[in-house]
Amino acid sequence: MTIFIIYKVFLCSVILILSLLVAMYSTLIERKVAAFLQDRIGPDRAGPFGLLQPLADGIKLFFKEEFMPNTADKFLYILGPSLTMLIALLTSAVIPWSIPVIIGGKIYPLQVADINIGILYIFAIVSMGVYGIMIGGWASNNKYALLGAVRASSQMISYELAMGLSIISLAMMTGSLSLKDIVEQQQGFHWNIFYQPLAFLIFLVCAFAETNRSPFDLPECETELVGGYHTEYSSMKLGFYLFAEYVNMFVSGAIMATLFFGGYHFPFVDKLGLSNNTLAVVGFFILFTKITFFGFLFMWIRWTLPRFRFDQLMRLGWKALIPLAILNILITGIVILVR
Amino acid sequence: MSAESLILFFIVGAFLVGIAILFSSYIPPKSTNPQKSETYECGIPTEGITWLQFNVGYYLFAIVFLVFDVETVFIFPWARVMKTAGTKGFVEIIIFFFVLGAGLLYAWKKGALKWE
Repeated sequence: MTIFIIYKVFLCSVILILSLLVAMYSTLIERKVAAFLQDRIGPDRAGPFGLLQPLADGIKLFFKEEFMPNTADKFLYILGPSLTMLIALLTSAVIPWSIPVIIGGKIYPLQVADINIGILYIFAIVSMGVYGIMIGGWASNNKYALLGAVRASSQMISYELAMGLSIISLAMMTGSLSLKDIVEQQQGFHWNIFYQPLAFLIFLVCAFAETNRSPFDLPECETELVGGYHTEYSSMKLGFYLFAEYVNMFVSGAIMATLFFGGYHFPFVDKLGLSNNTLAVVGFFILFTKITFFGFLFMWIRWTLPRFRFDQLMRLGWKALIPLAILNILITGIVILVR
Repeated sequence: MSAESLILFFIVGAFLVGIAILFSSYIPPKSTNPQKSETYECGIPTEGITWLQFNVGYYLFAIVFLVFDVETVFIFPWARVMKTAGTKGFVEIIIFFFVLGAGLLYAWKKGALKWE
């Protein structure tokens, strides 16, 4: 029992620190990808290939002066970025990172919590993300920040609906809301993307909107709102808002890989006759490769597409994605019943 | 065991975030003066109060969202048992979707989904 608790604490810390590290290095990768797409070199001064750049950025953010406007609401001003960061980190609790490792006859699952309502948990946490932004934007007592925060909440609640509806068709097919079950059902090449392409497309668009990534980055639209909801933030509190975006990107990549792309499964890998623990390590790297692909997709689209206008954003969310998601549910239901 | 794991995860996460917040509020240098701690607004003195009315469109979307989100939560249990509920369950959920669609259509026709 004690060993198990120590193991759980260890696993929690490793997953959290891994998410933070990946988020840190995503900033470097983002700049490198931007440079690659624009035919530049990108950061290359700090360390070989600029590998120490994220560390330098992190240290800079930590040692910058903390600024708070005197009209701001002190408590909420600090709560906003902390909540955003915490919520971004919490989503990864239900993701199965690989098959359980067996050491000395004991089974150690590489998943913090295998709850039978995993998908609902993700939605519950993701929809709380809007609080962090709204609280931070409101507490700064700045007009730009307030406008950015109101926009962000409006955008996030709109796309959350389509996101929830698109996942329902997946739940109908798999008959389970546990992420572990959903991954196990996709063993071999039965990836859900082949059965639910429309649901994946809707989910992908909503994932962009939920993480406030371009082309849906209206909350922090520099040309209109200065810095959006984090206009008044500086130092590590600003860093939290920026990091949270990358953590969200990483986690939504992991969710998409888990729900639609077979998670840690890859065709024929489980038939190679590897031992259980080797398979676990290989599975983890397979999942990570898929997440990396999604991370690249996020950046690729950011540096390719221009930003939406707000009315276009609302029209896409309410008049295109939600009807499409409902239609997808009906079609899926009919196909399941007829078969 | 899984609920405890979630709480544990929350505690470890809050610990990490708390340490970073504490660190960043004690380590960096501090200096302040009245002009510096004013709210930013294009570099000129702040005009009027911030917390006032904004576009009513945001409220409309929020209300429509509230209705739809609650209804989405009702669909999840059905999706879970869909295969055992069979045709009867499907017909019933179609009636549910009909109501949902009528609501969306009503909001649409009333112009609540139009941004201006």
